[in-house]
Amino acid sequence: MGNKKFLSLALLMLMLISTALYGCSSGNSSEGAESGGAEGESAEEKTLIFGRGGDSVSLDPIVVTDGESYKVTKNIFDTLVNFGEQDTEIHPGLAKEWTAAEDGLTYTFVLEEGVKFHDGTDFNAEAVVKNFERWAAGDADKFPYYGSMFGGFGDEEGHVIESVTATGDYEVEFKLKRPQAPFLKNLAMSSFGIASPTAFEEAGDKFGDSPVGTGPFKFVEWKRNDTVTIEKNADYWVEGEPKLDRVIFRSIPDNSARLNALLSGEIDLADGITPSDGETIEGNADLQLFERPSMNVGYLGLTNTREPFDDPKVRQAMNHAIDKQAIVDAFFEGRGEVAKNPMPPVINGYNDDIEGYEYDPEKAKALLKEAGLEDGFEMELYAMPVPRPYMPDGQKVAEAIQKNLADVGIKAEIVSFEWATYLEKAAAGEADAFLLGWTGDNGDADNFLYVLLDQDNIGSNNYTYYENQELHDILIQAQTEVDEDTRNELYKQAQEIIHEDAPWVPLAHSTPLLAGGKNVVNFKAHPTGSDKLSTVDLQ
Amino acid sequence: MLNYIGRRIFQLIPVLLGMTFIVFLIIRAIPGDPAQVILGQQASEEAIKALRTTLGLDNPWYIQYFEYLKGLLTGDLGESLRTRTPVADEVWPYLAATIELSVFAIIIAVIIGINAGIISAWFQNSWFDYLAMIIALIGVSMPIFWLGLMNQWIFSIELGVLPTTGRENVRDPVEVITHFYLIDTLIQGDFAQFSIVLKHLILPGTALATIPMAIIARMTRSSMLEVMRSDYVRTARSKGLKMFWVVYKHALKNAIIPVLTIIGLQMGLLLGGAILTETIFGWPGIGRYIYEAIGFRDYPVIQSGILIVAFIFVMINLLVDMLYGLIDPRIKYD
Repeated sequence: MGNKKFLSLALLMLMLISTALYGCSSGNSSEGAESGGAEGESAEEKTLIFGRGGDSVSLDPIVVTDGESYKVTKNIFDTLVNFGEQDTEIHPGLAKEWTAAEDGLTYTFVLEEGVKFHDGTDFNAEAVVKNFERWAAGDADKFPYYGSMFGGFGDEEGHVIESVTATGDYEVEFKLKRPQAPFLKNLAMSSFGIASPTAFEEAGDKFGDSPVGTGPFKFVEWKRNDTVTIEKNADYWVEGEPKLDRVIFRSIPDNSARLNALLSGEIDLADGITPSDGETIEGNADLQLFERPSMNVGYLGLTNTREPFDDPKVRQAMNHAIDKQAIVDAFFEGRGEVAKNPMPPVINGYNDDIEGYEYDPEKAKALLKEAGLEDGFEMELYAMPVPRPYMPDGQKVAEAIQKNLADVGIKAEIVSFEWATYLEKAAAGEADAFLLGWTGDNGDADNFLYVLLDQDNIGSNNYTYYENQELHDILIQAQTEVDEDTRNELYKQAQEIIHEDAPWVPLAHSTPLLAGGKNVVNFKAHPTGSDKLSTVDLQ
Repeated sequence: MLNYIGRRIFQLIPVLLGMTFIVFLIIRAIPGDPAQVILGQQASEEAIKALRTTLGLDNPWYIQYFEYLKGLLTGDLGESLRTRTPVADEVWPYLAATIELSVFAIIIAVIIGINAGIISAWFQNSWFDYLAMIIALIGVSMPIFWLGLMNQWIFSIELGVLPTTGRENVRDPVEVITHFYLIDTLIQGDFAQFSIVLKHLILPGTALATIPMAIIARMTRSSMLEVMRSDYVRTARSKGLKMFWVVYKHALKNAIIPVLTIIGLQMGLLLGGAILTETIFGWPGIGRYIYEAIGFRDYPVIQSGILIVAFIFVMINLLVDMLYGLIDPRIKYD
């Protein structure tokens, strides 16, 4: 290359820099124009940007199990019945009324008339039947939640739903093989959003890329790992909703960066606010803080098959040794409440009469002595490697527990593994004690007590290998008990047994935090973690 | 020359093959069951079993490996276990996002790094030299996480001149053609959008450029110092040539070769190592794509993602090797 060429190359580079710099500076001056545009636009078109930690997996709610997917699909699809605004009571949805037979084996739903799917297909009894036919014909791999909530698929023994029939244009009858107490609550779960039969028959496996429901918003665009955009369904069947014209879900994985984006006004709403940022937001006149009612539990599991935790006295001693209040105050910034039962108080059947094990190292020592362990013992303590709403900082909570245990002579060594490994080892019963938690799916006691502590679930979600036949009988009876009061009594009994056996040290029911601009009105965070935005507005 | 390129590309085959094998073994050696992770804590055992069968995870590892290789030879990069979409179909937007960011970052790093290095060498032991090298030292050891968040705070929240995160103004999204947003907006002749996209590049771009910039500056300086002491530079100066031309024309040409190697390596690192930057700045790039796949044990995405990044890495280095010859005719390829 000649010298001249090299020179001209250098010159070209110089020009490029100056253009770039010019670009930046002119860009800066046009910033005002950009935000001005956004403001001007908001006068006619209201766009809400919802910042969140991760992307959705699929927008077909029946194929997924993750909260980030439901956050979006909740607004594209409606369910037959709905949860309450901020609780899990059952309210009418696409079904405006229903009747349940005495024996709990037949449910008849009367549907809303004149509702259309976003693609123009009519919503009617036939559409509901087709949705249930699609799900029942699947398998545990395709539609995981259908199997776990309704006991199986097709002709399988455990499958609760015997038939779904259209008994009129707008009337559907469900026949069950045996009563299922949480049946209506299951139907209200985001997974069972009713989809347009025309659309899913045509799209097949690709339905999740272009979802079509009856919900307040229509799907527009999905840029993976970046944004999902939905827009107003002008023909929404609920009068006067939705208020917003457009909602954009943005993935910003880092919590601090998401807060920065909120502070700079790039997003209107942010979830996953760390408890320690709560005060910053409350002190900011432009922002407001939202608390999501707790439907979770964070706990320290004690593997009941491992020595010395096979002795209930040792497990009770652990419960007395740990200062839960201090943990909640320090690591949840007080935005959580100390747990005494394995399920949160919002759930029906919660036993408030139980007195939690108070923090009392002396009592713990006495119990250890009774168990013949007055000299203490050594154990491994698994600390969660990832933050979860029920456990914002596993490492620090583990350190606090370690200190508490040292006070009563128990030497705990903290270990941690990458998340998938952690779950696998805990499920295999390899941990002495481990931090873990659970967020409820349908707001039913069964979804906590049976799933987490029944002997049927050893090897899956009963990580402690806790077994109690009496408890098992009660939990199974409660599953088919249709009378709400009797059922709640059963769960109260169950919690007493669990309290006495102490397979866990229940730690906290945390309150996940969200934050938004002051102009966001009517946002009500739902305990399930997926929020319907149809009544939310911007001012 | 063609011969040389041909041979180099041929040599790539065992490199890439060996790499697929190592990656394949490593990700299977770590415990954790993809089926369990995909279906979540809630999943029943039957569901997990069913999924393992569908995903072919029941086969012995060598069969899985040969299945994967067979797919690769037919251009099939596998299908994501999590999204059930072929990797080849979904990877491009991520890759384009990362390439756009890395190229932008490397341009900043090269322009500032080389010039800082040259001036430091030219005025060796001056205050500029000291200052530049101290900054370079800080730059090399700067935690990107902290720097990124600080920049967001200063430029977005306090000054309000730059956006914190993302690639575009999501209220007014870019119409996607190539997935390189700068190019897409240029094709559409939309300069307002172009400048918005450019602004979104500045914070992540500079954060990403910091370390390579510092490394390039230090490399350029030491390489230039060596050349500046050589006889031909003294001759050029003694014949009365202006110092500027001596430095930028004569000395730089000889000093640039090792710097070029560094630039090539750094560019490769940026492509694969931008995970932190992509996380903080919510950049939908390939680093995050692969990183998230690791959490989900999404084997095909991890394997093919790393394969793609590695392929680009070796191609860039091949390109750099060919540039040597263009800059220094004494370098021959045979």
